[in-house]
Amino acid sequence: MAGQLSIAKALNNALRSSLESDPKTVLMGEDIGKLGGVFRITDGLQKDFGEARVIDTPLAESGIMGTAIGLALRGYRPVVEIQFDGFVYPAFDQIVSQLAKMHARALGHVKMPVTVRIPYAGGIGAVEHHSESHEAYFAHTAGLRVVTPSNADDAYWMLKQSIESDDPVIFLEPKRRYWDKGEVGSAAPLPLHAARIARPGTDLTLIAYGPMVKVCHEVAAAAAEDGHNLEVLDLRSLSPIDFATVEESVKRTGRAVVVHEAPVFMGMGAELAARLTEKCFYHLEAPVLRVGGYHAPYPPSRVEEAFLPDLDRVLDAVDRALAY
Amino acid sequence: MTVKSTARARKKTAPSVPQSVGTDAQPELIQLLTPEGERVEHPDYPLETTPEQLLALYRDLVLVRRFDAEATSLQRQGELGLWASLLGQEAAQVGSGRAMREGDYAFPTYREHGVAWCRDVDPLNLLGMFRGVNHGGWDPNEKNFHLYTIVIGSQALHATGYAMGITKDGADDAVIAYFGDGASSQGDVNEAFTFASVYNSPVVFFCQNNQWAISEPTTTQTKIPLYRRASGFGFPGVRVDGNDVLACLAVTRWALDHARSGAGPVLIEAFTYRMGAHTTSDDPTRYRENEETEAWKAKDPISRLKALLEKEGIGDEAFFAGVEAESEQLGLRVREGVRSMPDPDPTLIFEHVYAEPHALVDEERAEYEAYAASFEGGENH
Ligand SMILES: Cc1ncc(C[n+]2csc(CCOP(=O)(O)OP(=O)(O)O)c2C)c(N)n1
Repeated sequence: MAGQLSIAKALNNALRSSLESDPKTVLMGEDIGKLGGVFRITDGLQKDFGEARVIDTPLAESGIMGTAIGLALRGYRPVVEIQFDGFVYPAFDQIVSQLAKMHARALGHVKMPVTVRIPYAGGIGAVEHHSESHEAYFAHTAGLRVVTPSNADDAYWMLKQSIESDDPVIFLEPKRRYWDKGEVGSAAPLPLHAARIARPGTDLTLIAYGPMVKVCHEVAAAAAEDGHNLEVLDLRSLSPIDFATVEESVKRTGRAVVVHEAPVFMGMGAELAARLTEKCFYHLEAPVLRVGGYHAPYPPSRVEEAFLPDLDRVLDAVDRALAY
Repeated sequence: MTVKSTARARKKTAPSVPQSVGTDAQPELIQLLTPEGERVEHPDYPLETTPEQLLALYRDLVLVRRFDAEATSLQRQGELGLWASLLGQEAAQVGSGRAMREGDYAFPTYREHGVAWCRDVDPLNLLGMFRGVNHGGWDPNEKNFHLYTIVIGSQALHATGYAMGITKDGADDAVIAYFGDGASSQGDVNEAFTFASVYNSPVVFFCQNNQWAISEPTTTQTKIPLYRRASGFGFPGVRVDGNDVLACLAVTRWALDHARSGAGPVLIEAFTYRMGAHTTSDDPTRYRENEETEAWKAKDPISRLKALLEKEGIGDEAFFAGVEAESEQLGLRVREGVRSMPDPDPTLIFEHVYAEPHALVDEERAEYEAYAASFEGGENH
């Protein structure tokens, strides 16, 4: 399968491979059949695997989630597609109160191998409810695993690994990166919950995930022109977080800036900053800074660029951190 | 293969839908045993019962009531934090529970102690949650009885998904989803109706309309009789006398066969009454009249079956004395079982959060253990 693939195609290949290797894997969601999903991630799968494995569901997100839980109880491995980030909230109760807790409530007697695929975050000029970053809600809930790839290779392997996991996984797909291409087919993929040093550096660690990893690469390239050697760390997994890799990196560079699209207040950056303060206090040359969205509803698309962290906003933070 | 063609591949013919199950006219309450203990026939739901079966049902009803009473006293004695009594709903639960076949699966809410009894779940298992030692704890697949579900209506979807899986497996089983009249207003119950209907899933929705959702009467939930909701979703609905164990048995048996045949879901509204408080924390005198409760007392599920047994001369003194003795035994076992139920080790907090290792849980567990250990042999510190 080596070659350049878009993230969208890599995800499609991962689903195909999972459907082939385990007859208990079923896909469920709105418009995932003939249409192949609104982003075409399930393109061609119903044609090849049939309506019983690639199920077009009624338009009821709680219904999709709740019946996926029932299918898992019957021994199936459902992969649910939520059409857009902002439409997962009707299923939120089933996810946090049922899916996340079933294994614990049964004292381990049942497993919940359910993967919830959600195209998330902004940057595509969409109308409201189509650009939200809700990872903190899910990461805050014990029992859920939350992951997000930033490139095609991770998209492929991480989706396959999520489907194989016996735990429920919230699989967040950075929708504005769907069409970015990359090499897919690394022989030895990282474990699902490992963070990755995407670009090694010595002066400061940019911690990002999903759609912001690309922005951070651009920031590092720009900073390099000014003679600063930045490290880019792609978290990949938001629950659990591979703190060992994060801490090792920050202890080495002495500085960290966390970048995400979600509002800064109470977000992933808050967790990372607090943690780094605790664990790396004597190594830090500067406070851990955060760059992210504002405490406001995701704005109309004509002003979303002002909401989203971009090259300049991240560079400002980098400058501030380096100035200490 | 499509879901529909899988259902067809099972090559079974659906039992015909009884005439009285419909949408236009309100059918009568299906009843096979009057409150006075008269056996009556219903053309659509014939039920043949041997004396042994009647005695077995009587025993179920009595023992289930006894278990419930014991749990209520244990709550009063401080052994349980809370109890949700089934008093008055024994027939609905035993009738429907005994209609199930071995491979069928029940998804209860939090009051289905009588169904659990019929599934042979150890009654002590049900008490862990109410004592506060776990959130359920039993293996649902052992007796095909799912965990109690507190969030109203959630389990209707789990039941439907499970039933969708049965269809995929081409299996011959069916599912019952239990919920209350209050739950019928929840989105999840209505979404379950939609999924079950469009996928022809073998699930029977068993609504125990006990007239009250805590303090709210059924009229706060619906303007039409609840069983008629089904017609809007395209499947049969039927109202059964929920205090009549024979009618509940016959109607549920029919519904399960209908569902397992590939003909899709059925909604049963068991028309019954919660004789006690909603839970031990509730005070029903604030919202309902004593006369109402008294009127329902006359329809008691156990005394009407007892009246039938007496009329027909079924069951001798030895039988009734035997049931009495058994119920004493059960009470004793439950009492002792609860009192000797150990508190879990606090590290239970970290058990089963995930099926696979999770770094944060492992780390926090180690932190907790170190903290807890710092108290042991304190003089060394
Ligand atoms: C989603 C949700 N809302 C509120 C509650 C609190 N609550 C517990 S039981 C109950 C009443 C349920 O009534 P009904 O569905 O008729 O069942 P019954 O208890 O009468 O058997 C309520 C409001 C809950 N458990 N879940």
